[in-house]
Amino acid sequence: MSMDILLQNIANSITLGSLYALIAIGYTMVYGIIRLINFAHADLLMVAAYIAFYGILIFTLPWWVAFLIAIALTALLGISIEKVAYKPLRSSPRITVLISAIGVSFLLENLGIVAIGARPKPFPRPEELVWNIHLGDISFLSLTIIIPIVTFILLAAIIFLVKKTKIGIAMRAVSKDVETAGLMAVDANRVISTTFAVGSSLAAIGGILWSMQYPQVDPLMGVFPGLKCFIAAVLGGIGSIPGAMLGGFVLGFLEIMLVAFFPHISGYRDAFAFVILILILLFRPGGILGENVVEKV
Amino acid sequence: MDEQLRTKFILNIVFLLAVALLIYWGQHNLNNFEIRILNLAAIFAILGVSLNLVLGFTGMFSLGHAGFMCVGAYTTAILTMSPGSKAIIYFMEPIHPVLANIQWPLLPAILLGGITAAVFGFVIGFPALRLRDDYLAIATLGFSEIIRIIVTNTITITNGALGLKNIPSIKSLWIYWLAAILTILVIKRILNSSWGYAFRAIRDNEIAAEAMGINIFKHKLLSFTIGAFFAGLAGALMAHLITSVDPTMFRFLFTFQILLIVVLGGMGSISGSVVAALIVTIGMEVLRIVEQPMDLFGVVEIPGLPGMRMVIFSILLLLVILFYRQGLMGTREFNWDWLLNKLDRLKDRMRGEAA
Amino acid sequence: MIKLRRGKYVLLMVLLLTVSLIAIGCGGSEKDEPAETGQAEVIKIGVYEPLTGTNAAGGQMTVEGIELANQLYPEVLGQKVELVIVDNKSEKQEAANAVERLIGQENVNLIIGSYGSSLSMSGGPIAMDNGIPVIGCSPTNPAVTLDNDYYFRVCFIDPFQGTVMSNYAVNTLGAKTAAIVQDVQQDYSVGLASYFEKAFVASNGEGSIVEKVNYNTGDKDFSAQLTAIKAANPDVIFAPGNFLECGILVAKARELGITVPILGGDTWEAEEFLNQVKDYQDIYFSTHFTAEEPVTPVSTVFLDEYAKAYPDKPANAFGALGFDTYILALDAIERAGSAEPEAIKNALAATEGFEGATGIITLDANGDATKTAVIKKVDGGQFVYESKVDPQ
Repeated sequence: MSMDILLQNIANSITLGSLYALIAIGYTMVYGIIRLINFAHADLLMVAAYIAFYGILIFTLPWWVAFLIAIALTALLGISIEKVAYKPLRSSPRITVLISAIGVSFLLENLGIVAIGARPKPFPRPEELVWNIHLGDISFLSLTIIIPIVTFILLAAIIFLVKKTKIGIAMRAVSKDVETAGLMAVDANRVISTTFAVGSSLAAIGGILWSMQYPQVDPLMGVFPGLKCFIAAVLGGIGSIPGAMLGGFVLGFLEIMLVAFFPHISGYRDAFAFVILILILLFRPGGILGENVVEKV
Repeated sequence: MDEQLRTKFILNIVFLLAVALLIYWGQHNLNNFEIRILNLAAIFAILGVSLNLVLGFTGMFSLGHAGFMCVGAYTTAILTMSPGSKAIIYFMEPIHPVLANIQWPLLPAILLGGITAAVFGFVIGFPALRLRDDYLAIATLGFSEIIRIIVTNTITITNGALGLKNIPSIKSLWIYWLAAILTILVIKRILNSSWGYAFRAIRDNEIAAEAMGINIFKHKLLSFTIGAFFAGLAGALMAHLITSVDPTMFRFLFTFQILLIVVLGGMGSISGSVVAALIVTIGMEVLRIVEQPMDLFGVVEIPGLPGMRMVIFSILLLLVILFYRQGLMGTREFNWDWLLNKLDRLKDRMRGEAA
Repeated sequence: MIKLRRGKYVLLMVLLLTVSLIAIGCGGSEKDEPAETGQAEVIKIGVYEPLTGTNAAGGQMTVEGIELANQLYPEVLGQKVELVIVDNKSEKQEAANAVERLIGQENVNLIIGSYGSSLSMSGGPIAMDNGIPVIGCSPTNPAVTLDNDYYFRVCFIDPFQGTVMSNYAVNTLGAKTAAIVQDVQQDYSVGLASYFEKAFVASNGEGSIVEKVNYNTGDKDFSAQLTAIKAANPDVIFAPGNFLECGILVAKARELGITVPILGGDTWEAEEFLNQVKDYQDIYFSTHFTAEEPVTPVSTVFLDEYAKAYPDKPANAFGALGFDTYILALDAIERAGSAEPEAIKNALAATEGFEGATGIITLDANGDATKTAVIKKVDGGQFVYESKVDPQ
């Protein structure tokens, strides 16, 4: 493999990996606090993408206004989903909450099909954000640089939020033990809502960047990135925010290099991701950066 | 007591005869479409009951049913297709010579479909069942997708994305419902045996069960393998009902439909799953009305909304899980004791009112 | 005491039985009614197409064409033609249910469908068992009509399409080497890729396919596959696949600086594909129909009417094929002189030189159409007619 091609593949990996990372952070935050695989997280990507799409094309808003509205509405939707579908089940078995999450995801997808139709739509790329960059024989979109920058800024902001702010400390308390946190005068409901708001905004930003990179939106667009980013979150250590970041980049890198070095088995790419997931779950359930603790009773 | 057991036995026979009569009647009076829907319902009943064994009775959240169905369906398809058909269908890459000339009768082929799926279940369960709850769910979902991707890529065995057609067709209500009834009886039998009690003990409290001397892993693996067997059986029957298979049929979204049946019927109720299977399968067809354009008194015309059926079912799933968690039947079963109790109570109340 | 109870059991049993029998009996008799009256007054044509799911776009375009034809020609043999359209959700078991429903419940005389060969294959055997003829609009997999005397289609099939594109690459574009990128989950994609490969190797010799990579339906990231192709530096790329993935794939190839011509198949003729690639050149695909070169008088009729009915949409091949399927069905009914399914089937089998919007259609022994393929390219943000290839 020539140097150019290798560099091109690295550029590809960075693009894909940083998208995975951004979405995985949202997964991991929600999981960290209520121990739930939020299946609906993936569909929030889709909702945000569609709001941005309609904002730009139908209401002819400037792209940044449309993006901000999309992020705000998605955060609201995330909070409402938690209030309606997860909160009443907080003391039920985990299986029940998980089924509820699957139900929400199912509903969002099918509502999407009925309300906006199953046919995909082209997502507009704002010219200020997306242009082509050529470095010798290597070509990539400006997004390859923008997405990792956005991801790193958000990562720093979230780590600051969790480590330094009052609400962040409350989040950590709730994630350790909801009841004890309650005794310490932490309003668990408010903390969980805040977590969902932050997590859903991340999903929204991820969804918008995803739709600019792969400019096509359809009601089922969230399903596969959702699964992949969940794998990334587990890979890095679910519950760990830097872990999600790392997991995203590692998964993106591995996927691209699998196809790059073994193009003839490129059909097994998704299977490969699942194999990684299963191996991690079996041999290092805490992931790369997570704490490897035995589950409590 | 002895007397009561005997009456119950007679009642069971009468009930089975009545069911047989109904099937006989259906076979001769229903049209092909209605028979097909009922056959599909029987397959979904098998799937629902077998997932319920794993999820409702043993408390393991498995999302791998679609993968096991895929194994069962392909096994029986490859074994029962005629060598002539195989030569034509595998037109991209010829079929592996070992498989080219095999042609089995239907019954052993379908059974082997179930057994192969059970073997897969055993092999997958071995590592996966060390996980719990959501981790188990996502790992089994992963395995099911891996199976599907392997099936897509091993072209000389499965014909890849082109799928298989000309699979011998089975149309009779008898076969599907006999399979469903046998499944129900076998699983009921298992649930009433010491295995069944061990399963429920594991579901209710794993640690306590272990303290009682129950081998947790062995029983989990047992339940998972049995579940996989019946999923494979259902997959095999599905192949003969539709007469063609391809890998995209068995995406993990399919497992969600089975989950819907189990939750609607009640996690932990066999009869609930059967009733829910009938409701969902027939409901899917009846609800086609909501997708057709509607004409309200000739004034307003509502355009057809494709996809509306699935919205209704997802709302139903959410409503059940949020407000009526026990589902249709909870952990109750429809049986004679339950029915007689109800009747007695009704009679008492009537007597009370009369007095 | 026990005796009394037993009496109750028996009563219960009888009650249960009668109730269930009545319930089913009522259901049955209710449904029989419209069926009997239905057959006498109208001719029913069933349509099963994917209106939701992964193939929704193709199904919807086809149905537009069918409905348009139905509005134009609502009658045959003096009887009204009623369309019964059902969604098959892009799922095999739904497709089987849909066909059985059309036959058993709606008592249709003839069926049209379906976009997506695997969906057609699951409906086909049911129609054959019931002796109801089916005309496919656009399933191009050869297996659809194999061993099925009741399945016909108005489109050409993959072996022809794959060869046409290979010949075009070799003769017109002067390609010596090619790379293939295929969707391993789509029968359409792997089928077409394999026929292209055979024809291309026959022209240019072993080793002329310099790279072959795969992806899965629903994938969005093709950067690694395309980088592998870029490294192999072929003269052309053949990427048969659904417009959904291919739109992104082709655009990505251009972003990566791959400038060689990219070729594809008939599913590319969709707005969704065009939207993704309208800024690029050298994108070619085979299709069934072109608006620039109306092949028959019927083409002009179709184009005019389509423009009237859907003023904001460009006419497309799937609409045209849907249109053709419907008028061929009416033509067959007229030639048969009755709406009896068996008679329609025989009339269909004898179809020769039928003038449709997409060309002159003659059905061969398998029930497949032998007809002209059209090659289009993307130019100036539009699909532009490039050339025509007649069958040998």
